[in-house]
Amino acid sequence: MDRVEKSCKNSAGVRQNRALAVWRQFRRNKGAMIGLIITAALILLAVSADFIWDYETDVIGMNIADRMISPGTKYLFGTDNYGRDMLARVGYGARYSLVIGAVSVLFGLFVGVPIGTSAGYLGGRYDTIIMRMIDAFSIVPSILLTILMVTVLGTSLLNLMIALAISTIPIFARITRASVLTVRYNEYIESAKAIGASDFYIITKYIIPNCFSPILVQATLRMGTNIISAAGLSYIGLGVALPTPEWGALLSASKQFIIQAPYLCFFPGLAIMITVMSINLVGDGLRDALDPKLKR
Amino acid sequence: MFYDGNVSAERKEEKKQSKYAIDVENLRVRYETSSEVVMAVNGIDLQLKRGVTLGIVGETGAGKTTSMLSLMNLIETPPGVVEADHIYVNGTDVQRLSAAELCRIRGNEIAMIFQDPMTSLNPVMKVGEQISESIMLHGRVSKKDAMERAARMLEIVGISPSRASEYPHQFSGGMRQRVGIAIALACKPEILIADEPTTALDVTIQAQVLKLMKQLKTEYGTSMILITHDLGVVARMCDEVAVMYAGRIVEQGTLKQIFNETLHPYTEGLFNSLPNIHNRVASLKPIPGLMPDPANLPQGCAFAKRCPYAAQACYAEQPARKTYEDGHSVWCTAYRDAEFHIKRKG
Amino acid sequence: MAKYITKRILMIIPIVIFVSFVVYCVMDLVPGDPARTALGDEATEEQLEIYREDHGLNEPIVVRYAHYIGGLLHGDMGKSIYNNEDVWQLYFSKLPYTLLLAVASVILTVITSIPLGILAAVKRNEWVDTGASALSFIGLAMPNFWIGLLLIILFSVHLGWLPSSGAGAGWKSLILPMITCGTGNMAALTRTTRSAMLDVLRQDYLRTARAKGLNEHLVIIRHAFKNAQIPIVTMIGTQCATLVGGALITERVFAWPGIGSYLVDSILKSDYEVVTGFVIMTAVVVSLILLLVDIIYAFMDPRIKAEYARS
Repeated sequence: MDRVEKSCKNSAGVRQNRALAVWRQFRRNKGAMIGLIITAALILLAVSADFIWDYETDVIGMNIADRMISPGTKYLFGTDNYGRDMLARVGYGARYSLVIGAVSVLFGLFVGVPIGTSAGYLGGRYDTIIMRMIDAFSIVPSILLTILMVTVLGTSLLNLMIALAISTIPIFARITRASVLTVRYNEYIESAKAIGASDFYIITKYIIPNCFSPILVQATLRMGTNIISAAGLSYIGLGVALPTPEWGALLSASKQFIIQAPYLCFFPGLAIMITVMSINLVGDGLRDALDPKLKR
Repeated sequence: MFYDGNVSAERKEEKKQSKYAIDVENLRVRYETSSEVVMAVNGIDLQLKRGVTLGIVGETGAGKTTSMLSLMNLIETPPGVVEADHIYVNGTDVQRLSAAELCRIRGNEIAMIFQDPMTSLNPVMKVGEQISESIMLHGRVSKKDAMERAARMLEIVGISPSRASEYPHQFSGGMRQRVGIAIALACKPEILIADEPTTALDVTIQAQVLKLMKQLKTEYGTSMILITHDLGVVARMCDEVAVMYAGRIVEQGTLKQIFNETLHPYTEGLFNSLPNIHNRVASLKPIPGLMPDPANLPQGCAFAKRCPYAAQACYAEQPARKTYEDGHSVWCTAYRDAEFHIKRKG
Repeated sequence: MAKYITKRILMIIPIVIFVSFVVYCVMDLVPGDPARTALGDEATEEQLEIYREDHGLNEPIVVRYAHYIGGLLHGDMGKSIYNNEDVWQLYFSKLPYTLLLAVASVILTVITSIPLGILAAVKRNEWVDTGASALSFIGLAMPNFWIGLLLIILFSVHLGWLPSSGAGAGWKSLILPMITCGTGNMAALTRTTRSAMLDVLRQDYLRTARAKGLNEHLVIIRHAFKNAQIPIVTMIGTQCATLVGGALITERVFAWPGIGSYLVDSILKSDYEVVTGFVIMTAVVVSLILLLVDIIYAFMDPRIKAEYARS
C-alpha cells in the first residue's frame, strides 16, 4: 500500500523524504557506514594519487639501490625487485580498480537496464527472445565470457572494462526485467494507462523509480565482483599489463618472489579485499535500508 | 524421548486437582522493538472450566491470538515479553516448564487450530505425515500405526484417507482447514484452542467446519477456546464468552448473559453494528473511531474515546472488575453508579 | 516428469547451438591468422594458402561452422594448432581433474556453509550470526588467486606441508586448490542459506509444528530447512557450473592440470581451436548441470513437481 501511495504522489518532496528515510536507516547500520567511509577514502585516494605520488618517478621509476626491502619505517609496504615503493604502487593502483569497477558497471547498466525494462514492459515475443538469449549466456560462466571478450578485443585497460561490462549486461537485464514484472501489473499502472499516459511516460515516471532499489543494490555488489574479475584477468596476463600498478598485475609480478619477498603479494591482495569488502558493505546496507520487508 | 514415571504420576495428580482446564491470572504480553513497545495484552484473567467452550470476541488487534499463543508458550521472545502471575494449563504453570516438558504438553494436552489454512501447513510435507508426526511424537507408536491413525483422522474430518499422501497445495482452503483440525485433534487433546478457524473460509464451508468441530468436541469432551470476531459463530458454538478490547477483557459471562443482558458499552457497540434481519431499514450503528494504537495506549479506559457514555473518570483510570452474583463480570467505571445501564436491553 | 526432462533436454540443443555459433564466430574475429600461427613466421604466402585450403579456412563462416558441428557430433573438435593433439581427447583428459577439484570443493562448501548458515539464521543477531556474517564478507572480498598465493606461502613455502602446484602428490595436491576454490563459495553459500532460512523462519507453518510439540531441533531441520532448500540448491548449482566451467584462475595458480588452466594456456598461446572446443564443451556441461538442478527442485518441492507435470 505504501508503495502505491509513494508512486502516486510522485512529487519531488516525497522522493526526497524517501531518500532521507533510507539514509536514516542506512546510517544505523554500523558495517555499512564503515564501508561507506572506507570507500570514500579510497575514492579520495584515487582522485588525489597524482598529487601524492609522481607517476614517472614514484610509481614506475626504478631505484635499484633500494630493491626488495622488507616493510619497515622507510618503506611501509616494502619495495619490489626494481626498488619501487610498494606503498606508492598499491596506493596509485586504487584508481584502476575503482575506475574499472565503476565504468564496467555503469556501461552494463546503460545497456542492460533498457533491455530488461523493454522486455519486462512489452512482454510477448520480444520478451521471449531476449530471455532466451540471456539464458543462453548463462551457460557460459561469467569469467569465461569475460576472458573470451578480452581475447577477441585484445588486452588493454579499455577492452578489459568493455569485456567486464558485456558480461555484466545479462545480469542487469535479468534483474531489471524481474523487478519490472513485479510492478508492471499493479493497478496504479493500469490507472495511469486509463488516463491516457504514454508508455514512455509510464516507464520513466512509474516503472523505473519502482525498480530502482534492486538495480542499485545489484550494481553496487556487482562492482565488487568486477573488481575481483579484473584483478584476476590481470593476474593471468589478460588484463592490465605491467608496469601499470594495477593490483592484479602487482600480484602477478609478485608470485616469482614468493620465497624471497612474500610481502609483495600481501599488500595488493589486501587492498583488493578491503576495497571489495567496503563496497559490498555499502551494497548490503543499501539493500537493508531500501527493502521494507526486512525492516521489522 | 526420556520420560520420568514419577513426574508423570505427579502430573496426573495435578490434572485431577485442577478444576479448570485453563487458569490464567494477570497475563501481560508486550512486543519490544527498537522503535516502540506494543502492549498487546495488558493483564487478563481467564478461567476455562472443563468441557466448556469459551468464545473470545474482539476486533483485530485486540490481543486475542497473542493471549492464546502465550498459553502454549508460543510467543517468540524476543521481541515478545510474556508475564503473568500464573498460566495454569491442566494444573501446570507453563511458564515454569522446561523446553522438553513444554513439547510434551503441546499437541498432546493442549492443541491449536490456526487462523490461516493457506499458510499454516508445511507445503513440502505430505498431509498424512503432518498429522502422523504428532501422533508418533506423543504416542510412541510405529510409523505405520501412526500413518493409519492419521488416515483415520482425515476420515473423521471428512477427507478421503487415500489423500494422506498428497501435499497441501492439492487441497482447497476448507480442506486445508480440516487438515489443520485433524492435526490439532490427532492426539485427542483435552484443551483445544481454535483461532478464527472459519475466518478464511467461504460461508458454506464455514458451517461445515463449525459443525465438525462441535461434533468432535462432544465426542471427545474437549475444553475449547474459540477466538472469533463473528458473533454468529459465538452464538452457535459457545457456552461462555469473553469480550476483549485493546489487550483487556471488558466483559465476561455466559452466552446468554453477554447476548441478552449486555453490560459493557463496547459489547453493545458490537451488537449495534450488526445488521438486524427483522428491521432491515434501520441503519447500522458502527462504533465511531478506531481502536487505539497498542504501542500508544491511553492512561484510562482504552474504549473511553469511542464510548457514548464516557465520563471524566473514564479517561483518568483503568476500570475495575465488577462481578455480579450470577457470575457476569464487566470492566467499566460507569457501573460504580448502581443506577447506570446501557441503552440496549436484551 | 519424464516428459518434462525430455523436453528440457531437447531445449538444451538449440541453446547450445546458438552459443556455440556465437563462440565460433567470436573466435573467428580474433586478430591473427591461424595459418600463420600453425606454420610459423618463415612460411611463405603459398604455403599459407595451401594450409587455408586444406583446413577449409576460405569457406564462409556458416559452412565452416556446419562442418564443425558435424564433427563435434562424432567427437571431432579439430586438432590443436600447436601440438596437433585431438581437442576432444584433450578435453576429456583434462575433465577428470576439473571434476575432482569441483566435487571436492563443493563438498567442502556444503558441509561447512549449510550448518553455519542455518545456525546464523536461528541465532540471528547473536555472536554466531555476526561472526558468520563477518567471515562471509571477508570471504567474498578475497580474490581466489590471492587466497591461493597466501596458502602457498604458508603451507608450501613456510611449513612445507603441501605441494604448491600440479596434481602429482595425490590427495595432498588437492587440498590447497580445494580450499582456494571453496572460500568465496563458502561465503556465498553461508549467506544464501542464512537468508533462505530467515525467510522460512517467519512462516506460519513453523508455529503449527511447534504447537504439535516438536522440539526446536526438529522444527528447524524437518520443517524449516526443507522449505529453504530451493535457493540453496540454486546457489550450489551455480557454483558447480562455474567450477566445471573451469576454475580458470585458481587452476592456473596451482598449475592444476584441469580444463581451466589448459584453456588459459591455450588463450595465451592463441591456440583457438582448443579454446573454441573447450568453451563449447563447457556450455554443454553447464547446461546439463543446470538441468540437473531443475530436476532436483522437483524432488524438493511438490509444487514445482506439479508444475513440471503440467507443462
